[in-house]
Amino acid sequence: MHRFLLAVLRRDLTLAARRRGDWLIAQFFFVMVASLFPLGVGPEPEMLARIGPGVLWVAATLASLLSLSRLFADDHQDGSLEHMVLSPEPTVLLVLGKALAHWLIYGIPLLAIAPVLGIQFNLPADAILTLEISLLLGTPILSLLGSVGAALTLGLRGGGVLLTLLILPLYVPALIFGAGAVDGVMSGTGAEAHLSLLGAFMVLSLIIAPWIAASALRVSLE
Amino acid sequence: MEWASWSDFWKMGGYGLYVWGSYGVTAACVLIEVILLRRSAGDTRRRLKRMQQWEEE
Amino acid sequence: MNLYHFASPSTFYHLAGKLIPWFAWGAGILTLWGLYIGFFQAPTDFQQSEAYRIIFIHVPAAWMSMFIYLVMAFWGAIGLAFNTRLSFMMARALAPTGAMFTFVALWTGAWWGKPMWGAWWVWDARLTSELILLFLYVGIIALWAAIDDIKRGDRAGSLLTLIGAINVPIIYFSVKWWNTLHQGASVSLTKAPSMAAIMLQGMLVMAFAAWFYTIAVALVRVRRIILERERHTDWAKAILAED
Repeated sequence: MHRFLLAVLRRDLTLAARRRGDWLIAQFFFVMVASLFPLGVGPEPEMLARIGPGVLWVAATLASLLSLSRLFADDHQDGSLEHMVLSPEPTVLLVLGKALAHWLIYGIPLLAIAPVLGIQFNLPADAILTLEISLLLGTPILSLLGSVGAALTLGLRGGGVLLTLLILPLYVPALIFGAGAVDGVMSGTGAEAHLSLLGAFMVLSLIIAPWIAASALRVSLE
Repeated sequence: MEWASWSDFWKMGGYGLYVWGSYGVTAACVLIEVILLRRSAGDTRRRLKRMQQWEEE
Repeated sequence: MNLYHFASPSTFYHLAGKLIPWFAWGAGILTLWGLYIGFFQAPTDFQQSEAYRIIFIHVPAAWMSMFIYLVMAFWGAIGLAFNTRLSFMMARALAPTGAMFTFVALWTGAWWGKPMWGAWWVWDARLTSELILLFLYVGIIALWAAIDDIKRGDRAGSLLTLIGAINVPIIYFSVKWWNTLHQGASVSLTKAPSMAAIMLQGMLVMAFAAWFYTIAVALVRVRRIILERERHTDWAKAILAED
């Protein structure tokens, strides 16, 4: 069982390593969306610090959505997805492995970029640290819930836009708890409560989302 | 009875715009749904019949 | 056994045909009764004057928007678990009406909020959850529209409804939590007026009217879906040949 999970993971990571272009696009997208906000609302440092946590979190959700429509699509096109679903290994593990790979490829790099953007938005050091923790806890949610959307919209025309429409409302709690944690540090009310709720939501997604995504995948492939 | 006259009734104690704005749009929504449903009834039947004839040929 | 009898599309088609007029007339009569209570029997509220009369549509619409979503999730779960075709059709037939009521709840909420809170929109927990509920409805309807294959569409839509149903309480809670932390806005939300018995009665009557209306409309839609999917069967052919 674990071997299958690891095999899926290794396969996706290898494929991603061969196509570094995709990976870079998603990260640049994150930087660009975040950089557009100061141009739109003005450069006052206080205001940027005020909106910074929310903006960075919204940008992170959008960046992860950008890559999600391809989560199953490539394997679907070359037929390997069908093989993996029909294999005796549980589909849940396949989905879990793919979501995990997506998180490692697209989620973790966000953590490396976020501090730089945090400085651009004039966030203090402790807020940046909290931002990192909240993204660490929150980005798996984006990959997990996103895998459900990717499975549901597999092979549909306009699937990418549809995926956004389906999944964004589900991201709301992650956004609120994640950005709220950073706000909490900056306003002095503390981040623990937000972070624990975010963690709970992550665990819940981890338990539920792979099952629903696996059924959705089977439905889409029938 | 709450209302002295009809014009009183339409004024709604100065909140006429808000009360009738709410009720009006609600009524419109319901009406639109019913009309759309009625109109598509004939369409569905005709379409199904055509499909049937097609499939039989 | 009996249940299976009614779950067969042809039986249900005819049963629904007989039920629709009852529910439609019921909805009409209940609406008139509810409006009569709302406008002629319920007294003027001493805090909100006449503006509170929006409550007679706002609250029932908000209730319906959530109920219908839960009913859709219920039918979807039944369909996924027992593979009953009719339950998927019910879920599909309910969605447009659910979205309509969600929109009405938002609209009337705004038109009530303007005179009472001085703002068309506040990011209050209930309003925000309702808005996200509308997004969920739109997503589900869009997913159904995008999938041509009936079986896949049924199942995909139901799975999405289910994950949304798990998420809605979390969204409500998170927005509420977020809202208590952002007390910056100067709007203080007045509570619903202390409810006189007659006001509650009017609201309940209107809620029943909304239920009857929903059932009537959903039955009309489900009949159409049944006919479309069963057009190859003899009984459906006979019905189509009738006129």
